[in-house]
Amino acid sequence: MSQPLINWFKFASPASFYPLAGKLWPWFAALATAFAAAGLWISFFVAPTDFQQGEGYRIIFIHVPASWMSMFIYCVMAFWSAIGIGFNTRLSGMMSSALAPTGALFAFLSLWTGALWGKPMWGAWWVWDARLTSELILLFLYLGYIALTAAIDDPRRADKAGAIVSLVGVINVPIIYFSVKWWNTLHQGASVSMTKAPTMAATMLWGMLLMALAFWMYSIAVALYRVRAIILERERHATWVAELPEMQR
Amino acid sequence: MKARHKRFAIVLGGLAALGIAATLILNAFQSNLVFFFTPTQVANGEAPKDRAFRIGGLVKEGSLQRTDITARFIVTDTAKEIPVAYTGILPDLFSEGKGVVAQGALGADGKFTATEVLAKHDENYMPPEAKHAVDQAHEAAKTLKQ
Repeated sequence: MSQPLINWFKFASPASFYPLAGKLWPWFAALATAFAAAGLWISFFVAPTDFQQGEGYRIIFIHVPASWMSMFIYCVMAFWSAIGIGFNTRLSGMMSSALAPTGALFAFLSLWTGALWGKPMWGAWWVWDARLTSELILLFLYLGYIALTAAIDDPRRADKAGAIVSLVGVINVPIIYFSVKWWNTLHQGASVSMTKAPTMAATMLWGMLLMALAFWMYSIAVALYRVRAIILERERHATWVAELPEMQR
Repeated sequence: MKARHKRFAIVLGGLAALGIAATLILNAFQSNLVFFFTPTQVANGEAPKDRAFRIGGLVKEGSLQRTDITARFIVTDTAKEIPVAYTGILPDLFSEGKGVVAQGALGADGKFTATEVLAKHDENYMPPEAKHAVDQAHEAAKTLKQ
């Protein structure tokens, strides 16, 4: 068998992932700041006013990337859960737990900004249409995952239970995404998708994509930072933790 | 088969079973999941008769009439039409030729009395200049046809 370029399994050990995450997260944080600065500048000063909604449409620069992120983070959680169940690696569960609060934050942001937009545009803060309801279920899945893993004292058992919740809940993600296609909803269809040209002006699209990149980088940075804290907490009795330079002080 | 292959198989099998179950459930609740009915669906008798429901479509061009604070307009899906009466404040995005969703009840005379009117926004975002250009192109196409 040929030797792979990077031995990925080496980083499945918390002891070797901890310093890697420590080296990586400041880079992602810096990228997040840069993308957010560029994205916000385009969103507020470059992107034109919408012909119908006026300035109110600018909520999409937060709303759409936050919604994408809330769905994508859930898929990543489910991925780590499947890896955790399959390979029985400790780090996978820690990654899932590190991602959950960020995912919940984005799901909440998506619902909140949507409500703020919905009141002046639709005439209602909230309607029980398929898109809004399934996104609310996603927020509850995140909160349920957090509550369940926090309620079980043994971290390994907590990870297993959490993994099952995130794998069962992942079925909701395609439902959210396709809800506007499958059923009549008040929520509009996708302006940007893989299958057709985007139905929005180019500068608006750029602002949105830059904000989406900023949210990606933020999520990665925060997840890596949080997973370091989780590793330290769970491995506090291990000798490699005691030997860390930051523990010598 | 190694133990981890077995565990992955269980995960994949579980997800597949869940996917099938979700598809069946969503299919069964199809009619409860729609937010509104189109005028064609109402004409075909698909809308509930004993309770309030929502209709959705476009506000027909030139159909909006206001008397005091009551607005009357026609909701169309370009095939069928339903006249709607609504007393109250219309949302900002409400206008002729745009999407609308109205909640209320269908009278025996075929007229819909709305208790709530929501504007349905489409997925098009563009600056006013671009909208102007699109409108002009439409006008040009119309004159060419005539």
